[in-house]
Amino acid sequence: MNIHEYQAKALFEQFGVPVPKGSPATTAEEFINALAVLPEGPTMVKSQIHAGGRGKGVFTDGFKGGVKYCNSKAEAREAAAKMLHNTLVTKQTGPAGRKVQTIYFTAANKIKKEYYLAILLDRESSRPVIIASTEGGVEIEKVAHDTPDKIFKVFIDPAYGLADFQVRELVFKLGFNAAEGKNAAKLIRNLYRLFWETDASMVEVNPLVTTPDVEVLALDAKVSFDDNALYRHPEILALRDLNEEDPKEIEASKHSLNYIALDGNIACLVNGAGLAMSTMDIIKHFGGNPANFLDVGGGASKAQVAAAFKIILGDPKVKGILVNIFGGIMDCDVIANGIIEAVREVGLRLPLVVRLEGNNVLAGKATLAKSGLPIVSGDSMADAAQKIVKLVAA
Amino acid sequence: MSILVSPETKILIQGITGDFGGRHARLSLDYGTKVVAGVTPGKGGQVFEHAGHKVPIFNSVADAKHATGASVSAIFVPPPFAADAILECADAGLALAVAITEGIPIKDMVRVKRILQGHSTRLVGPNCPGIVTPGTGENSHGGCRIGIAPGYIHKKGHAGVVSRSGTLTYEAVYQLTVRGIGQSTCVGIGGDPVNGTSHLDVIRMFDEDPDTEGIIMIGEIGGNAEVEAARWIAAHCRKPVAGFIAGATAPAGRRMGHAGAIVGGEEDTAAAKIAIFKECGIEVAVTPSDMADALVRAAKANGVKLS
Repeated sequence: MNIHEYQAKALFEQFGVPVPKGSPATTAEEFINALAVLPEGPTMVKSQIHAGGRGKGVFTDGFKGGVKYCNSKAEAREAAAKMLHNTLVTKQTGPAGRKVQTIYFTAANKIKKEYYLAILLDRESSRPVIIASTEGGVEIEKVAHDTPDKIFKVFIDPAYGLADFQVRELVFKLGFNAAEGKNAAKLIRNLYRLFWETDASMVEVNPLVTTPDVEVLALDAKVSFDDNALYRHPEILALRDLNEEDPKEIEASKHSLNYIALDGNIACLVNGAGLAMSTMDIIKHFGGNPANFLDVGGGASKAQVAAAFKIILGDPKVKGILVNIFGGIMDCDVIANGIIEAVREVGLRLPLVVRLEGNNVLAGKATLAKSGLPIVSGDSMADAAQKIVKLVAA
Repeated sequence: MSILVSPETKILIQGITGDFGGRHARLSLDYGTKVVAGVTPGKGGQVFEHAGHKVPIFNSVADAKHATGASVSAIFVPPPFAADAILECADAGLALAVAITEGIPIKDMVRVKRILQGHSTRLVGPNCPGIVTPGTGENSHGGCRIGIAPGYIHKKGHAGVVSRSGTLTYEAVYQLTVRGIGQSTCVGIGGDPVNGTSHLDVIRMFDEDPDTEGIIMIGEIGGNAEVEAARWIAAHCRKPVAGFIAGATAPAGRRMGHAGAIVGGEEDTAAAKIAIFKECGIEVAVTPSDMADALVRAAKANGVKLS
């Protein structure tokens, strides 16, 4: 689960990670009160969406920049009015962009130097890793590629936690002076505590900055959480913003379905994540384009299949459907009946290819054939994928 | 022979009194697996009955092990309690813990994995379909089925299968069986980013196993476990290997069902992994329908006759 920058910064403050003074607003009327808590002078106006590249983003009405430096509060209010409820397109949002529902104002601090700091899980060692760099405010992937010697990594032993010597190592390598170093060490320790205690999957500060007053501040904040651990963090679950999620994905999650919308026109409905991914792949392999990832789970009940059909058909791009079920434990005949019931209920008008395999498959196929519905049967994944691609192209 | 478990292996089931654990305990008993104990704290002394089988239930893994000689546990307990269940297996000194549970917090697994470093217990999973070593009976009856895989699709033989995904494993096993190619052991290592046993761990076991003549390795986007295994295969493996990677069409940055199936950078895309597979001499299945045929091609190229 992702949260907004303003929410992440509130969390930072709670854990003793210094951030520039800031305040969010969701309506134009709130702008005045939000700005009132900030000092007079240069102010940053930041669109709050769950996507990176906001600064270089362009709004659909042509207004440029989802993050703006303004010389005064009055200027900030004008910029904010242009951003609020406007749709911001960045390289991470896709062409549709995201509607800005919240504006975050912050004091524009004087910056001495920019750094990069992140904490995430290193899969290879199965340990948290702190990644830091003297090159902040730019894309870290580019730094890693061009100047890997400017990236420092510290791996944390979960049996002990972040050790003081590791914090010192980072502080020395990043080249802070003594006064800054003391503040940076405290910030790093607190940021790690936040990462660990909230079950975060990633915390990224880009840039982390020093100021002429030897302050060390998190100028930006990006935090995502492990979905599996949200059950024990109700306070974090409360930060979820449904406006940032695809309504079809929200509906799917209500039925314990795993759905992700894609750009293509062939919908697929599959049991199991690996099989669902490879069903998308095989559609593409035979020249089609998958409209979604949809895993109905290893079991796949009748009710879930019906809910899945409704979600798929809610996508106007969809021109055909491929159902691929490997009924390992589940009886294929039960699944076939579920499909027929769902199809009758939603009144399907698109080509539908069903590939069933596994337990009691012959009875399942017979049930589909007897239904009188225009369901095309596929024998293997390859056969089924070729059939749906052909039907959609026709 | 086989790897990890044999038809003689005695298993216990943690969470046998739950719906999920109970259903699969019954299916394992039907398959002929030696399910000798159940563990549910507070229900010690009760008996799990199914089709004439009477499986005693214990309060702890240690009690179950002492009373029955079980050496392997299948863990079906809900996510908030699963890490503890794994640690209990390690404390009791079981040889193997197979965690089926999906949705365990990653932090819990980070800690569990660190603690297991000081123990002899091997963990397979979590979020995995389990392990099947097929038996010699009809529809491979009499084998060892730990977890949730459909037993009947297997056939006793000499192909080893290792995979992160459940249904994709069944797909591969089914393709093998209908072609008359049996399996030595099929291992689901799970779809989570932190797991107990890696592709490479299983590949090394297959390489050592005299009963395994060829290997299918099924991977997906995210992480570099498949790459690590492929490099080792290129340098050391004595057996033909076929591979498949799922997720070629997955968009970057989105979790595709499995917590671990996420493209984080250029190196963990399907295309990058497939390129490395090819470089390492692994016969790549072009589509998921091609997995068994890819193994047949790999075996043929290496002069191995899969029986």
